[in-house]
This record gives sequence, C-alpha cells and structure tokens, in this order.
Amino acid sequence: MLAIYKKELRSYFTTAIGYVYVGVFLAASALLACYSTLMQGTYDTSNYFVYLLFSFIILIPLLTMKLFSEEKKLRTEQLLLTAPVSITGMILGKYFAAMTMFVGTLLVSTINFFPLYAYMRAETANVESYIPVGPSTSRIVGCLIGIILIGAAFVAIGLFISSLTENQLAAAVITVSVIVVMLLLNLVNEFISVYAIRAVIDWVCVISRFTNFTYGILDFSAMVYYLSLAAVFILLTNRVYEKRRWG
Amino acid sequence: MIKIDNLVKNYGSNCAVDDISFEVKKGEIVGFLGPNGAGKSTTMNILTGYLSMTSGNVEVAGINMLDNPLEAKKHIGYLPEQPPLYADMTVEEYLIFNYELKNCKLNRDKHLEEICEVTKIKDVYKRVIKNLSKGYRQRVGIAQTLIGSPEVIIFDEPTVGLDPKQIIEVRNLIRTLGKEHTVILSTHILQEVQAVCDRIIIINKGKIVADELTENITRAVENNRRFSVKICGPQKEVLAFLKARPGVTYAEVLAGRDGDAYSYMVESEVGVDIRKSLFFALAEKKWALIGLEALGMSLEDIFISVVDKTSPKSRYERRTRSVARKNSAENEIADQLVSEQKGTAAAKPKNNEETATEKLASLFDDSENK
Repeated sequence: MLAIYKKELRSYFTTAIGYVYVGVFLAASALLACYSTLMQGTYDTSNYFVYLLFSFIILIPLLTMKLFSEEKKLRTEQLLLTAPVSITGMILGKYFAAMTMFVGTLLVSTINFFPLYAYMRAETANVESYIPVGPSTSRIVGCLIGIILIGAAFVAIGLFISSLTENQLAAAVITVSVIVVMLLLNLVNEFISVYAIRAVIDWVCVISRFTNFTYGILDFSAMVYYLSLAAVFILLTNRVYEKRRWG
Repeated sequence: MIKIDNLVKNYGSNCAVDDISFEVKKGEIVGFLGPNGAGKSTTMNILTGYLSMTSGNVEVAGINMLDNPLEAKKHIGYLPEQPPLYADMTVEEYLIFNYELKNCKLNRDKHLEEICEVTKIKDVYKRVIKNLSKGYRQRVGIAQTLIGSPEVIIFDEPTVGLDPKQIIEVRNLIRTLGKEHTVILSTHILQEVQAVCDRIIIINKGKIVADELTENITRAVENNRRFSVKICGPQKEVLAFLKARPGVTYAEVLAGRDGDAYSYMVESEVGVDIRKSLFFALAEKKWALIGLEALGMSLEDIFISVVDKTSPKSRYERRTRSVARKNSAENEIADQLVSEQKGTAAAKPKNNEETATEKLASLFDDSENK
C-alpha cells in the first residue's frame, strides 16, 4: 500500500497534472479570497469557503480522473493486482495519495488569510477596542475541517468513477457532473413545495450541511455523513475490482 | 510447485477454460502452446490471481490461491502479454517501485544490480521507460518479474514484437532462469517452446489436448520416415510402382522436374527403412535414382494436426489439408498425443505425466524393435 501511495504521489509530479492542480487551486483560492473578503471589505470568510467548494467541480476530477482509468488503459493494473497487495490496499494507497495532494494544497492555500490578519493588526494597532475585530480563527479552522471532509467524499466519488472507465476524459466529465449535482441540488428546492422531497434533497445535498461549519459549529452529524459517503464509495470501488476478477 | 485441478473459467456463457488439470514440478520450464483464443492467457491470469476461477483449484508452492492470495502471489513473478510499465518512470524508479510493491526483503541495491545484470538493462537504468525501444521494455518487464526472486515465473508471450536477435536473447535468458526458477511460458511460436521448454502443454478451445515432454515430441519428429526422391522415368508408372512397394504407406508427386526426372514424396511404415530396397528395385527397372533426401517434419505440422483434430472441422479450408495429409506422419503423432491425453484425462489425474511418458516411450521402443 505504501509503495502504491508513494508511486501515485510521485506520478502527480512527473506528469503535468500535479502542477496544474496546485497552480489552479492556489490561483483560484487566492482570487476567491481576494474577491470575497478584501474587495467586500469584510473579515467574514464563510463566503470564501462556499466559493472554494464550487472550484472543486473542476479541481477534484483533475486529481482522481487518472487514478484507475490510466492503469486500466496501460494494463499496468495487472501488475498491481498480481502483486502481493490486497485490492483494498491498492485502492487506499491511491485514495490517500489523492487526499495528500488535496489536503496539502488546501493547507498551503491558508496563506490567503494572512492579509486579513495583517489588516486586523493594522486596524487594531492604535485603537483600543473591546469589540473583537478581525477574522475568526475558530471559524476558519472549522470550515477547513468541513472542506477537508467534503473533499474526502468527493475524492472517493472520483476514485469510484475512475475505476469504472478506461477513458480519463469520461471519468473527469462524469465526476464533474456528479459533483455539480451534489453541490447545486438544493437550488431546486425553491421550486418544490412538497416538504418530503425537499427534506430528501437537503439530505443528499452536500452543501446544506456545510452551513453549520461556516457558523463555526463542528457539526458531528455532518462529519459522519461526509466520512460515510467517502467510505461507501471506497467500498464500491473495491466491489468493482472484486467483480471484475469474478466476472 | 504449481498444481491446477479441474480449472474452469466461464465468461458468461462462453467457456474460456474447460476443466484443465496439470502439475508443474520445481525447476521445470513448461511451454503453454495454443492458437489465439485457446485460453492460454486466461489460465495464466487465473494462475497469477488476476482473475478468479469459476471452479477448480490453483496451488502455488503449496499455497491455495483462493485461501491465501497474498501469500501465494509472493511466490510468482508475472509478465503479462503487454508489459505493465509506467511510461513516465525511469527504469530505476520502476524497479524500486516493484521492489517496494512486492515487499522484498533482500538487499535492495545488490538485488536490483543482479537483476539488471541478468537482463542486461544496465545501460538504460537511468532512462525514462517511454523512450526505450520495445526490446528494452520487454527486458524491463522481465526484470520486474525477477524482483524478490520468486520460485515461479510466468511469461505470457514474452517474445512478441521483438526482432530476431532480441528473440534469441530473451530465449537464452529464459533458459538461464529455468535453472533456478520454475518457468511457465505461453506462446504460439513453436520453435520457441522447442528451443526453450522441457515440457509442452498444447491447449485448444480451453482444453489440454496434449501434454508431453519436448524431447519425446522431438524424438517422434526425428524418427523420420519421409523422403523426397528424384527418379528418372515415366511419372505415372514410377508413382504406381512406388505406391505398390512393400513398406510404403504413401507416395505423391512433388513439383519440380529435372530433365526426365521427377520428384516424389515417399512415406514409409514406422521402423522400416525402405531406402536400400528402393534403390535396388529401381535399378532393376532401369529407372535411375538421382536424388534421395530425408524430408524434415516440423513441430509446426504436428501442432496444426493436433489443433485440427481437436477443433470442429471448418467446412472449406481444412478439408483439402486433411485429405492431403490423410496418411501423413504428423497426423499419427498428433493422434498419439491426443489419444494419450484423453486416456490420461480419463484416468486419475495423479501420475498423469509419468504414465503418458512411459506409454510413448514404450511405443517408440516397440517401433525400434520391429
């Protein structure tokens, strides 16, 4: 598993994908941070995180599209599947490699908050104020945790879709559409009057659970929801491979 | 070392491997031979744990592939038909990745160096795989199978797409490997098995149709009973005369004319040397015998016969061949091989090859005594 993890991580940087991902992620997040905080004249970062979620529509498929489809196309999966590594080990190795890229870049992108703190220092330097001024660190940390968990779910979904096809492009397009649906589903709610359907859609929709994080609440049920979503899709990927062996 | 019992693999309603059983002993080089789509690759994929069987049993080094796949896979090095190479890695990175993937405990640098020495890839060690030629890629693929020094090495068509020099190199390499490892090799090139393998298993339509030691088959081939003769004289009469000779089972006119001489192909009964008597008989008739040459019989012909026998006859192309070869020696050898396989398959799978070998050996002894 460790060997596959290392190989995947390295392969992000021996091909262009890793650089493209990191570059686009950092550029997009910097622009979003600038637009949602500095240009709006606010310390509130919740909008920034919601916008960031939407950038995942493009970014997560970049990470996951090649994980299995490329191996399948080049027939290198035969090497992995005949090596003394379990199928679960192989899948987790790839999953954690993608997650490392994701979390690592996300953590680097926290430099976007430095201007806010710098502003805060400048603003409070000469003024004695009893009202707290500046970005709320706890809310930022809470949102980061939420974002990481949502990313974990999306990466698992991308991983699963990648295992279904030999074609990287197809994997990417399907992943994009699935993520779009999961993010935007609650927009449909405005047009639906039946409460039951709205409740179901709210339940499926990833973003409606994210709201609590932006208020600085660590919503335990949402965390469980995201983690189980990730687990389910990893399990499904495992089933895809098991089925192929037996098919 | 490898034990396969009643292996069956169905793809939906399509039966790719149909009740195959065989055993491979330690240090054997076994050639797995068959036309395209015979089930060679499927069998190998099951053997290496890439696919699962519909039913049956596979044991590698005494470990059952279903019960303990991870442990069993440790004993196998596998080179699939298309070498599983990561084009973006250098050879060094690729081998190190495999070393880690296989959880190898040997001293890494020393082990990899030895492997590079054996497979002769030292000059390209630092190069990116996608820039390598086909021959080097194949060798890197072979190097990958050797990592961890597994007891069993399985090659699926290792020489496809190589140039003749590389083919010879790869064959030599496989023969060297056979000294320390058990090797299974699939191919549809016959010289290859003949050159490399100790034992040949011919598979067709998912069934084993022949399982024989190479030397036995080669001996059968060398036990030559077919000649090309060149005789001066009227063609029809000579042919009739040849056909009527005692000991001659078959004669036909070959193309090619040399003055008033025609060429004929003559086949004799097993163990009867017709050459001397033919010479004197022709002399009596005043037909000059101006050429006599033994005609080689290739493993290819036997292979085709075996495969033909075990395939349903196709209506058009095969009829001419089967008529032309009605009496040919290949057919007889093929018959022997096929019938033996059937006989042993009917008997208990134990002692499978011993009995087959003994039978064939006694057959040859009989023919030599005649």
